[in-house]
Amino acid sequence: MPFIQNSDDDRAEMLAAIGVTTVDELFEQIPEELRYRSRLPIDDGLSEDELRAELAELASWNTTMDSGSFLGAGLYRHFIPTVVDSLQQRHEFVTAYTPYQPEASQGTLTAFFEFQTMVAELLGMEIANASMYDGCSAATEAVIMAANMVRNRNTVVVSRGAHPYTRRTLETYLKWTGIEIVEAPLDEKGRTNFDGLVDDKTCAVLVQNPNTLGVIEDIEAVATEAKANGAVSVCSAYPMSLGVLKSPGEAGFDIAVGDGQCLGTPIAYGGPGWGLFACAQKDVRRMPGRIVGETVDGEGRRGFALTFQTREQHIRRAKATSNICTNNALIALRGAIYMAAAGADGIKEVAMHSMAKAQYAAKAIAELPGFELAYPESGFFNEFLVRCPRPAKEVNKAIDRAGLLGGLDIARWYPELGEDGLLLAFTEMNTRAQIDRLISTLSHIAAAQPVA
Amino acid sequence: MNKDLLLYEKSRPGHRTLRLGKLDVPEADLSLLPEGSQRVTPPTLPEIGELDLIRHYVLLSKKNVSIADSFYPLGSCTMKYNPVTNEHIVTWPGFADIHPEMDAGRVQGALRIMKTLSDGLAAITGLPGVTLHPAAGAQGELAALLVAHKHFHKTGQDGRTKVLIPDSAHGTNPASAMIAGFEAVEIKSGSDGLVDLADLESKLGDDTAVLMITNPSTLGLFETNIARISELVHGAGGLVYMDGANLNAIMGVARPADFGVDMMHINLHKTFSTPHGGGGPGAGPICVTDELTTYLPSPRVVEEEDGLSLDYDSPDSIGMLRGWPGNFGVLARAYAYLRRLGAEGVKRVAENAVLNANYIRVKLNDAYHVPYDRMCMHEFVCNNKKQKEFGIHALDVAKRLIDLGYHPMTIYFPLVVSEAMMIEPTETESKHTLDAFIEDMLLIAEEAKTDPDKLHAAPVTRSIGRLDEGRAVRDPQLRWTCRKG
Repeated sequence: MPFIQNSDDDRAEMLAAIGVTTVDELFEQIPEELRYRSRLPIDDGLSEDELRAELAELASWNTTMDSGSFLGAGLYRHFIPTVVDSLQQRHEFVTAYTPYQPEASQGTLTAFFEFQTMVAELLGMEIANASMYDGCSAATEAVIMAANMVRNRNTVVVSRGAHPYTRRTLETYLKWTGIEIVEAPLDEKGRTNFDGLVDDKTCAVLVQNPNTLGVIEDIEAVATEAKANGAVSVCSAYPMSLGVLKSPGEAGFDIAVGDGQCLGTPIAYGGPGWGLFACAQKDVRRMPGRIVGETVDGEGRRGFALTFQTREQHIRRAKATSNICTNNALIALRGAIYMAAAGADGIKEVAMHSMAKAQYAAKAIAELPGFELAYPESGFFNEFLVRCPRPAKEVNKAIDRAGLLGGLDIARWYPELGEDGLLLAFTEMNTRAQIDRLISTLSHIAAAQPVA
Repeated sequence: MNKDLLLYEKSRPGHRTLRLGKLDVPEADLSLLPEGSQRVTPPTLPEIGELDLIRHYVLLSKKNVSIADSFYPLGSCTMKYNPVTNEHIVTWPGFADIHPEMDAGRVQGALRIMKTLSDGLAAITGLPGVTLHPAAGAQGELAALLVAHKHFHKTGQDGRTKVLIPDSAHGTNPASAMIAGFEAVEIKSGSDGLVDLADLESKLGDDTAVLMITNPSTLGLFETNIARISELVHGAGGLVYMDGANLNAIMGVARPADFGVDMMHINLHKTFSTPHGGGGPGAGPICVTDELTTYLPSPRVVEEEDGLSLDYDSPDSIGMLRGWPGNFGVLARAYAYLRRLGAEGVKRVAENAVLNANYIRVKLNDAYHVPYDRMCMHEFVCNNKKQKEFGIHALDVAKRLIDLGYHPMTIYFPLVVSEAMMIEPTETESKHTLDAFIEDMLLIAEEAKTDPDKLHAAPVTRSIGRLDEGRAVRDPQLRWTCRKG
């Protein structure tokens, strides 16, 4: 039987030691009428070689993104140095669990102490936790934390430019909390208009930068507006953009979050990724998730341990700051290794390359007849919305036929923007040849007669 | 050479691992960015070359105790072997290099894996409605409670506000109940360690929404009265939720649906062998009855004539709990595990897990106090009652185990047993490993009498000794700062 090492002889000896003769007797606690005596409707087991053959077949049914993809929309295909896979895959990291026994877990704990420092630095904040599930859940937990930081306020103002999955996650979590979501609309430049929405009822303001349409928001103004009204400001940032763009900390935010996938983790059909979460040291007791702190042993040697555990569910139960227990530690470790491999200069280089590719594409696309940038006056980082002469769905099909993977048909998430909006993302992984092929494909569409 | 330096202390200006090739388009024009939108102060990140980077993390990895190097009987966590082939498969581009917003037609392999895994979980639990969306067990619990809340709301039963939770439950249960808008009410355990039926009955009523029950319980005991418990809860108009953390003990042997369970979560990182990764990622699928399926989170995999696709817009759904369909990489590993096992293997897992736990129990129940000393399921709880007179606590036993080459058992949980030591060997351990562990546990029991200071001083073989955890709260240092450089 796969993965079970004991032989029948081993089992016989163990049964004898227990004082029973059959395995079935071990289950005497389960009343007979509750036993399942049939065979489960599951296929027979496979050997390792059979399994790999089957999975190779299933993998071949999926189209990979390596031929040239312009799909981002919250998940970005950046280069992953081999050291990330190589180190993360070490058994000692993969097969350990939550470091509740610090002397047996200094590897994981030290890595997360460093991780917390790197995340805090990248976001420009004082401290960070040891990660959340992903960017959407991090933003949601940030809003819940904010609601607990201010009293007698029960609305949260959320930018419509925040990722739709962030907004949907937030709706799910806030459903029964009595906190009401007020959506701040996007204006004609693709930026969030918070005018008149933040007031003395507002506990939190959430903005994403760049927003889902790729537009760079005036985040400093958002933080200032929140502060002026006594609300907690939350910024969700695209970590890679912080090689170039102003950090949430620099802009004055109380809480900063983000999705860590872009930092060394494959897109992998959307998970597992990890979430960044950072705030000011004074707010640490309200922070969700695990936190590693430095301390010493009896001989004064430096060591690391989980700390502020009284916030957490296993101690505080119904009064915990969050119900989170298992997080996405191993994937966050990938983020730590990536940030260390890149350093500040490497992250800036990746950011600059990604932006350069996007600018190159935007310039060419804007010159194509019938195509235009949706928000030409607004700045973008590595993703922008294009207005096409045909429905985005059809444009994507043409891009497909050219052997590339198109962008996101924005009507799926923003029906008010019409059917001709195509959201295109670029990273350092997109070659000039791929981009030229994209532009050439679009130019054929531009030249073609519109279908009646 | 000081091998304990942090990355930041090893940092040297100008060192770097990741450098991109030559840019093949014109350089980015920063003047195109809006005024004031640029970063002024760069982040302080380590500067480190590839060899030094590798050395750093390899040295760190050696400071962990893991399943790969040691027996890890951490109760309630099901630290079984994580098949290496599964770690390899998920790195294949066909699984790693695919985007969840791609057209369904381009990702039929991924969707098929999710569908087949869902079907397998439905078969094992007997509950037909499955979602793979939740990121971990706690999120699965929350999803199920939100399903219940929506169900009661839709059926005009808004007065059902209470969630009943046994005192032996995981802390995530009451924490999830709060977020789902319920009030958590504790149910006592009886002297036999099982749910006290009288206490349960006294707390059931028109305001009961859900009973959350862990079965087998965190004491490693099967709730023998589970059918009666479900009947009582249903009689009061409530739903029964089963915390599936301990499914490893019963899969293929008994189905939660047959206990009267309406909803449950499954920890794929426990029962289905996906690695724990130093604290995650997990995955917490939930399985529910037909009646509740309509409320499950979005998106769900649906099968239509032209193939599989994701449905993000089911009208009655409670919505999303995170971004994208789920922790696909974890789901693919669980799929691979289930395919290796097959129907027969699933049952063998439970049988061998229970056999291994009982074997340790009978070998240790002289030296250690086992408060519920009868046939256990996949784990059992003992405590320090026999060592207390020598000043030995559960913590001392745990720390001494570290010196003897183990990861300790879970200690001080469940809360209903004072100084609990919860031991779960899992089915993947061999008898000779269990025998060695038993021998070492007996040695510790002996040392408790003859040399208690040895236990108090432990561990002495790791890179550090016992830490001053109080100091980490009184004087919080939560990040590296320059002043220490």
